[in-house]
Amino acid sequence: MRFKDVQIEMAHGAGGKASRRLVEGLIAPLLSNATLDELGDAAVLPFGAGRLATTADSFVVRPLRFPGGSIGELAVNGTVNDLAVSGARPLALLATFILEAGLSTQTLREELEALAAAARRAGVSVIGGDTKVVEHGKADGMYISTFGFGTVDERALLAAGNVRPGDRVLVSGSVGDHGITVLLARGELDLEAQLESDTRPLTELAFALIDACGDGLRWMRDPTRGGVATALNELARACGHAVLIEEDSVPLRSEVRGACEILGLDPLHIANEGCLLAIVAPQSAGAALEVLQRTPGGERAADIGEIREAPERTVLGRNAYGGTRTIDMLVGDPLPRIC
Amino acid sequence: MKYVDEFRDPPVIVRLARELAHIVEPGRTYRIMEVCGGHTHAIYRHGLRDILPPSIELIHGPGCPVCVLPTGRVDDGLAIVANPGTILTCFGDMMRVPGSLGTPLEHKARGADIRMVYSPLDALRIAQENPQHHVSFFAIGFETTAPSTALTLLRARELGLTNFSVFCNHVTIVPAIRAILESPDMRLDGFIGPGHVSTVSGCRPYEFVPRDYGKPLVVSGFEPVDILEGVLMVLRQLRAGEAKVENQYRRIVPWDGNPAALRAIFSVFELRPYFEWRGLGFISQSALKIRSEFAQWDAEARFELPGVRVTDPKAAQCGEVLKGVLKPAQCKLFGRECNPEHPVGALMVSSEGACAAYYRYVHHADPVFA
Repeated sequence: MRFKDVQIEMAHGAGGKASRRLVEGLIAPLLSNATLDELGDAAVLPFGAGRLATTADSFVVRPLRFPGGSIGELAVNGTVNDLAVSGARPLALLATFILEAGLSTQTLREELEALAAAARRAGVSVIGGDTKVVEHGKADGMYISTFGFGTVDERALLAAGNVRPGDRVLVSGSVGDHGITVLLARGELDLEAQLESDTRPLTELAFALIDACGDGLRWMRDPTRGGVATALNELARACGHAVLIEEDSVPLRSEVRGACEILGLDPLHIANEGCLLAIVAPQSAGAALEVLQRTPGGERAADIGEIREAPERTVLGRNAYGGTRTIDMLVGDPLPRIC
Repeated sequence: MKYVDEFRDPPVIVRLARELAHIVEPGRTYRIMEVCGGHTHAIYRHGLRDILPPSIELIHGPGCPVCVLPTGRVDDGLAIVANPGTILTCFGDMMRVPGSLGTPLEHKARGADIRMVYSPLDALRIAQENPQHHVSFFAIGFETTAPSTALTLLRARELGLTNFSVFCNHVTIVPAIRAILESPDMRLDGFIGPGHVSTVSGCRPYEFVPRDYGKPLVVSGFEPVDILEGVLMVLRQLRAGEAKVENQYRRIVPWDGNPAALRAIFSVFELRPYFEWRGLGFISQSALKIRSEFAQWDAEARFELPGVRVTDPKAAQCGEVLKGVLKPAQCKLFGRECNPEHPVGALMVSSEGACAAYYRYVHHADPVFA
């Protein structure tokens, strides 16, 4: 794949097809190495007797504050979650801030307090970082980047290559809450709803699965930008099989459903910040679901589908009366600056 | 959710599918056109072809106002925003439509002030908030959206705004349906009539279809139950040897349409003598133009626009797909040179475009993608 676009567009940041082309067609080839080329959620390196997972994430969400969270919380949870779905508890985080001249200290203080609280909740410390300031108009308040690392649990043998036909697809909670919350918080639409971002650390949910399933747990992902659809398409592409989703079993709050109907959006393409996708062996699925539902944050966990042999590298949706459709990766950018 | 769940109720859908399976005559095929791109998307989105009897073929029609707009008109819109101090506003659907020098989104990334709005009244508000700029609204759509554009122009006049204009590309649906019926390529048995256009125009304008061409037309809603009921109503007419206009979408569409909306349209707009449609050529009395009393809010009067006729690339078969002569996957460029990220024509990116619907919802079944 070669990146042939002449300039960067918003779509390249949406987490969908354009983002994938940018990373796989330009960035990864130029920096290429064995670890990078795997393009996992976290990079895993051999470290002493074990494995070290490292990950980086950046946050440009607008507005900075929204029901259920703010950029400070996303900054911690986003990185902790990339580690969690790689089977690692976070050891430490680093955080860099790009601040806009004119940002009020009160706002910065509030975000730092949110970040600190999120770090405490996730059981991780921010051990260092960097701060830069740019001119007014160049950073929209603030941008935050976080870098995290942790040791991978030896029981976690997670790879797309382990996924096989018959495996079940589980999701830990309702889908689309974060993206729709942020969209409504922008106040540009005449829509209101009782809705909150689902941002939370996923470590306990991920480890509940590792404990319950052992090697029956094949693969995990936190579906952020691009949504569940994009994450499953990446899985399908990587493992070569088909993913069949029973659409009516995907947990969806009625507010998210309603907003998506009105706006013509597909909830499966909307970003989540506190939701986990897991592929588990069929014999582990019952126990996995039960343990998720007993863990805080996993109350709405559901079995939403299965892996099949064909059609290869495709994600399909099936509805209650047997109609099927392809569930494609996100194209374009319906909701920019969502995380 | 009210008005959605009842019309997606699986037992009802299964029952309708069974009725359809019983009503079709063995050995006969049925070709029914859904005029409106919104129906095409709904049919694919809900996987309805999986449950329709195989002898019923649904053929998508030209009811996509963005798709039928020639590239030259997109270029004209982009020429407006090339004037310094101008802001171009448009619906989200327009943003990825290719002009000769790129899409509005690409122009925006290069610095043009192009903003997405959900309503022309948003554009008016932007004009009020930015008195130093000229704000122009790229108006598209069939009769469905023309009333809100009309009301916006009336409001602009009321407010005495001097920094607002509309670039009017509204088209009307009846000439498109007539052009399809007149086309020698088509052999159709009936129509699923437009749903939302009909809330404005009512059902009477379609009476020429059974009267002059002997085909049934059923105005239908967009949920799975609506579409299946609409198809069933067409089939019942065919079975009985009848041809008339029927209204399946009664909960939304009044038989006589919306007189206030129609009055608003005709107070502000008049019919152009002719207008070019992609795929259907020049059609007379098929598009709306802003009346001269509103000239100061007419972008075509206020700006020098190139007005160049730009033909589609030779290999692109947008016109045939629009008319329903070709299925999207039969176009040689489909899925190869033309895809949603790099579209050759608007059909691949519009939320009512047949190619976009097929690409998005059906390609798992299509060897083009193997």
